[in-house]
Amino acid sequence: MKLELPFTEEKIRALKVGDMVLVSGVFFTGRDAVHKYIHDGNELPVSLSDAILYHCGPVVVKEKGAWVVKAAGPTTSIREEPYQAEVIEKLKLRGVVGKGGMGPKTLEALKKFGCVYLHAVGGAAQVLAECVKKVRGVYLLEELGSPEAVWEMEVVNFPAVVTMDSHGNSLHKEIFEASKKRLDEMMGNP
Amino acid sequence: MIRNLKTNLLELIRKTSTELPDDVIKAVEGGMRREAEGSQGLYAMEIIRKNIDLACDKSQPLCQDTGAILFYVEGPKGLDRAAFEKEARQAVSLATRKGFLRQNSVDSISGKNSGTNLGPGSPTLHFHQTPRKDLSVRLILKGGGCENVGAQYSLPHTGLKADRDLEGVRKCILDAVLQAQGKGCGPGILGVAIGGDRATGYAHSKEQFLRPLGDVNRNPVLARLEKEVVEEANRLGIGPMGFGGRTTLLGCKMSTLNRLPASYFVSISYMCWAYRRQGFVLTPQGKIKKWLY
Repeated sequence: MKLELPFTEEKIRALKVGDMVLVSGVFFTGRDAVHKYIHDGNELPVSLSDAILYHCGPVVVKEKGAWVVKAAGPTTSIREEPYQAEVIEKLKLRGVVGKGGMGPKTLEALKKFGCVYLHAVGGAAQVLAECVKKVRGVYLLEELGSPEAVWEMEVVNFPAVVTMDSHGNSLHKEIFEASKKRLDEMMGNP
Repeated sequence: MIRNLKTNLLELIRKTSTELPDDVIKAVEGGMRREAEGSQGLYAMEIIRKNIDLACDKSQPLCQDTGAILFYVEGPKGLDRAAFEKEARQAVSLATRKGFLRQNSVDSISGKNSGTNLGPGSPTLHFHQTPRKDLSVRLILKGGGCENVGAQYSLPHTGLKADRDLEGVRKCILDAVLQAQGKGCGPGILGVAIGGDRATGYAHSKEQFLRPLGDVNRNPVLARLEKEVVEEANRLGIGPMGFGGRTTLLGCKMSTLNRLPASYFVSISYMCWAYRRQGFVLTPQGKIKKWLY
């Protein structure tokens, strides 16, 4: 299914765990340093209201005066678990894209503020870079350095799976519990 | 010193970072065939398959985390190791400038990135002497996501009800797969060392990644356990990227080291689907005689 701009609360609330989506619109990258920056009380120089945040440290180069994304796979999201709920609330995010899933605090924030966690395929840096059609701008490049800066990029048909929705469901939690139960049975520890 | 070494090592790094070896591609395709039509697992595997071709065609890194740089060198008596290391370091620095490697080496106290991938512990070189005249060099690039889900167990283990026997080893391995879920960018490949001390155990577990996926362990007991662990892990339903599905592991390679009577370690290294390993044999004249994978 497609998810396109504008990312309204209604569209986000309609997404359910397991949905395979192709996202077209705008992503803002933000990883460790950006989360800490916001947690420390700083304001971003750009509004991310109703936007999607991408846990990604892209490889971006300048070719003929324009920024070009060379690799743009997701980074592990769980490192932002201490900050994510607060960042969703402060920035009024509608989506977070990353890999590996996040914890209960984030899941609660997704429910409360109408936001969704989209899981991209880890390691697929080239397929995902191909989905980035244009770099619109970059923020905090001087302060945080290229991989940690906020890159505003236009994406078309970016593939992801909804693994945590705005209704309190987490595929990560479900699969962990089911696989644990199966392993216990296999090992004879009911 | 061997001629053209730096140029050849640069090509080794480029090929390792951008192209998966045939045995890995075959295993990925096998995993893809097992996933159900319309499932999230198949969706992930299709993207992975596409990414493998795209990286190769564009000669760009498969994954932006180009990982820890691990060289395994087998050479004749008299190989000048210091000179080899110097050439290898230059090749790594050059490969970083050319974008085959990401700037990936960070000072652990200051947080400063060296920008060259050179620094204490990077790259890592392992040397072994052989009676042959040729020099063979193998390279593994191992990303941080999968390195973070590696695990080391000390047996007996009360929580897992694991004793100091092969059943105990099996329990440790399957627990590591359970804890990793999709976080190591599965479907993964395990390298397992039974025994050794904490350091040699982990080092030996990583050396298992040098074995082709299709080989059969020379020890029949371990050969059987390798096969069973993959089948059992794939019954857990964790699947590609942890999305659920039938392919959680693409392989498991095990080996043993002797241990102290007091210790019984099981060291498990996890390799992501982007299993970057390559190698070549160089003639004394500095020509690439053959690629190893």
